[in-house]
Amino acid sequence: MLLQRFLVRLLTMLVTLFGVAIVVFVVIRVAPGDPIAMMLPPGASDDDIARLRALYGLDKSIVQQFFIWLGGVLHGNFGTSISLRQDVLGLVFNRLPATLELATFALLMAIAIGVPMAILGARNRGTAVEAGVDIASGATLSIPDFLWGLVLILLFGVLVPVFDISGRVSPQLDLPFVTQFYLVESILRLRFDLTWDLLKHMLMPAVALALPLAAIIAQLLKQSLKEVLDLDYVVLARVKGFSETQVILREALKNAALPTLTLVGVQFTFLIGGTVIVERLFSYEGLGNMAIDAVINRDLPLIQGIVLVFALLFVLINLAVDMMYALLNPRLRHG
Amino acid sequence: MEPCLDIRRLSAVLPNGQRVLRSVSLAVQPGEVRALVGESGAGKTMIGKAVLGVLPKSVRVVEGDMLVEGEDLGHLDAKARRTLIGARTALIPQDPLTALNPSRRIGAQMTDRLVRILGWSGERADTRIRQLLDEVQIRDPERVLKSYPHELSGGMRQRVLIAAAFAAEPRLIVADEPTTALDVTVQKQILRLIAQLQRDHGTAILFVTHDLGVVAKISQKVSVLYAGKVVEEAETARLFAAPQHPYTRALIAATPRYTDPYASLKPVDESVLAGLAAEIAAADKDWRPGHG
Amino acid sequence: MDEARISRRGLGPRLWLAGGWLVLALLAAIFAPLVAPQDPLAQDLMLERLPPFWLDGAEPGYWLGTDSLGRDLLSRLIFGGRIAFIVAFAAATSACLLGSALGLIAGYFGGWADRIISRVVDIWMAFPPVLFAILLVAVLGTGLSSVILAIAIIDWTRFCRVIRAEAMSQARMDYVESARIAGYGRIGIMLREVLPNVLPSVVALLSLEMGIAVIVEAILSFVNLSISTDDPTWGSIIAEGRLSIHQAWWVLVFPLITLILTVLSFSQFGEALKARFDPVLR
Repeated sequence: MLLQRFLVRLLTMLVTLFGVAIVVFVVIRVAPGDPIAMMLPPGASDDDIARLRALYGLDKSIVQQFFIWLGGVLHGNFGTSISLRQDVLGLVFNRLPATLELATFALLMAIAIGVPMAILGARNRGTAVEAGVDIASGATLSIPDFLWGLVLILLFGVLVPVFDISGRVSPQLDLPFVTQFYLVESILRLRFDLTWDLLKHMLMPAVALALPLAAIIAQLLKQSLKEVLDLDYVVLARVKGFSETQVILREALKNAALPTLTLVGVQFTFLIGGTVIVERLFSYEGLGNMAIDAVINRDLPLIQGIVLVFALLFVLINLAVDMMYALLNPRLRHG
Repeated sequence: MEPCLDIRRLSAVLPNGQRVLRSVSLAVQPGEVRALVGESGAGKTMIGKAVLGVLPKSVRVVEGDMLVEGEDLGHLDAKARRTLIGARTALIPQDPLTALNPSRRIGAQMTDRLVRILGWSGERADTRIRQLLDEVQIRDPERVLKSYPHELSGGMRQRVLIAAAFAAEPRLIVADEPTTALDVTVQKQILRLIAQLQRDHGTAILFVTHDLGVVAKISQKVSVLYAGKVVEEAETARLFAAPQHPYTRALIAATPRYTDPYASLKPVDESVLAGLAAEIAAADKDWRPGHG
Repeated sequence: MDEARISRRGLGPRLWLAGGWLVLALLAAIFAPLVAPQDPLAQDLMLERLPPFWLDGAEPGYWLGTDSLGRDLLSRLIFGGRIAFIVAFAAATSACLLGSALGLIAGYFGGWADRIISRVVDIWMAFPPVLFAILLVAVLGTGLSSVILAIAIIDWTRFCRVIRAEAMSQARMDYVESARIAGYGRIGIMLREVLPNVLPSVVALLSLEMGIAVIVEAILSFVNLSISTDDPTWGSIIAEGRLSIHQAWWVLVFPLITLILTVLSFSQFGEALKARFDPVLR
């Protein structure tokens, strides 16, 4: 049953990705600007333009172009970036780790902030503490990551300049890394000086991304904790002699987390979508930052590649959440 | 002898000031089964919950004392009170379908109190639980301990809950309508099991029920509750033989044959209820919180 | 009962504060030429980076200071509000109309219509919205109408999902069937039965969407893609402030505060309206 569920989701996922590919392809082919003209120096001959168009396959019909491109994608060939003159897949893989590290760090932080807030609110339900959690999470939620980023830049970049607000790592440092997963690699290599420098750069953009998600986790989890805490098995656990905090952690949290989990999965994709502008804001060298440059430079192959990778990330996360839900729910696991 | 549970003039109110318990007093001797009988809404479940410290947030105790084996619960801080309740009392809940955590295995749910509150070793707890499962006539403890609640029938789950309640040798068990949610055939077995374990372990039970038939079968003494007030208290045999209060008489009369434990109650006569309402109103008139 | 009444009483100040700010900002934007103390485009290198009025070196008439080109910050914020509110109202309304229409079609007709629309919604959800917006504006060309169109094209799914769910549950109801037998048209029934039920959610969503539209416009201006570079927008002021943050913090602080207040107000206003109209709470 679990396998069947997995296969159905996988199929839906492929259909969605195919749809994304079509939409991006159509959208950017409608673009009025001619990327080829932008590449060439003024005064280039018509022949030169025609040759370049043929080189990038732009002389064929849109449908032909789409299937040529799709065929390439299926073979791992995403084309060549027009502005950077490099293989798109290589460029994407070069930047993706930075974004993944940022997003994962932000997710962990959202959980680390949101879950204790939810527990605090549920533990003190009906009191001023709960009202405080509600107000704090409500306000945090209403302010998007872009604005949080700016607030953090002002607070910790200017007012109390303790964190770095620009870049991924201090430029003067010698980096011994062979992969692009700098943070992970610095830990594995026990180069904690570099880990610290990376964290100092990553913390502010990560907090900006994490805050809205933390607020959602706090609200949803608190609500479902409160529902669970009225159930009979929780009452029984209190009679057994467990404290309210123990009851929440041992009996309620797991069951309350299940309904929260699916929603957090969707929200995590929003967080990843937010990296685009937050990376730009903090000049963080990730995929999103490169995407904005690609759009501004009308670099069609690169835009296609990046959007498709983002879409792939989104559907993979949804798939993972769906599977996790099934695994955590004993009824589904054994049913 | 010091009572196992001593409740003195316990009163509780809802946020709107309505009283749900009216100066309830009752004492349960060690090893005694005390039935608490009344219609739904009479407050019988509230008494059990008040003792165990799990009243709904909306219900507030405004006066009275509760002593478990001579220890005044009101004089203990939250932690000490919790530990005392965990160590000396237990609850057999009403609905076995909702009283087990759906995401934890039965074994873990049965041993957690022994290990984490009473500080037993895992091995000792395990042995103890198997012994109790045997007493409640569960023949394949291995499978049951590894199961999740949804894999067991309602009757099986209630056996598990009974076994868990007796496992720590509590002095007092609150049984909150433990057979109401079960099939009629299963009800008989479960009732017999509780009676059997109670005799073997010598545990006092506060047995909350609306069913006079069950009262007759299991209890030595009865408190009859109406609108949060104890209207009559007597030994079970005497209550049925010579009920003193009109409400009790009406209750017994309304049960076709009290010797038939599974006959349901008929509505109580109107005139009796009118008399009761007057009695309650008179009691409320000079009642002030804190001046019982 | 009690809880609902208490929370409703608590909504009063929220509604008034949020609504108050929005009305104030809207009026300032509408009457910008009368209210703004200076010409928002006038550059004066003699007046560059003047601090706000309470600091040393401030000039009277330049209450919130000036930017690196000597343009008055308050006037630019007031004029920027015009674009922000135009985008907010136009984009949110378009997204709402588009999404509601598609949601009604999917929910009521079901079958293939529903399958296709739901699949499109799934595909839309797989796009990073900010990147999608930047891409669309780049394709459509910068300008006010492109920004509005881009936001509507991206955010219709929010409305579509809500309306579709409600339309589906209503379409199953008996009275829709009996109304049909009584001779009412299908679409007529839909509009009469579904709209009142979804109105609270849609109003809240609409208000929320206006806040989102303001942010998206600011983000687009921030990456220099919104409208022409001359017109002051909140996003372009922020972009300028981000660059000169160490020399003139006020160029970032004041538009940021304006944006936060506006976004918070839109979302709180929506929540408050929803609570007021919601039949369950009432």
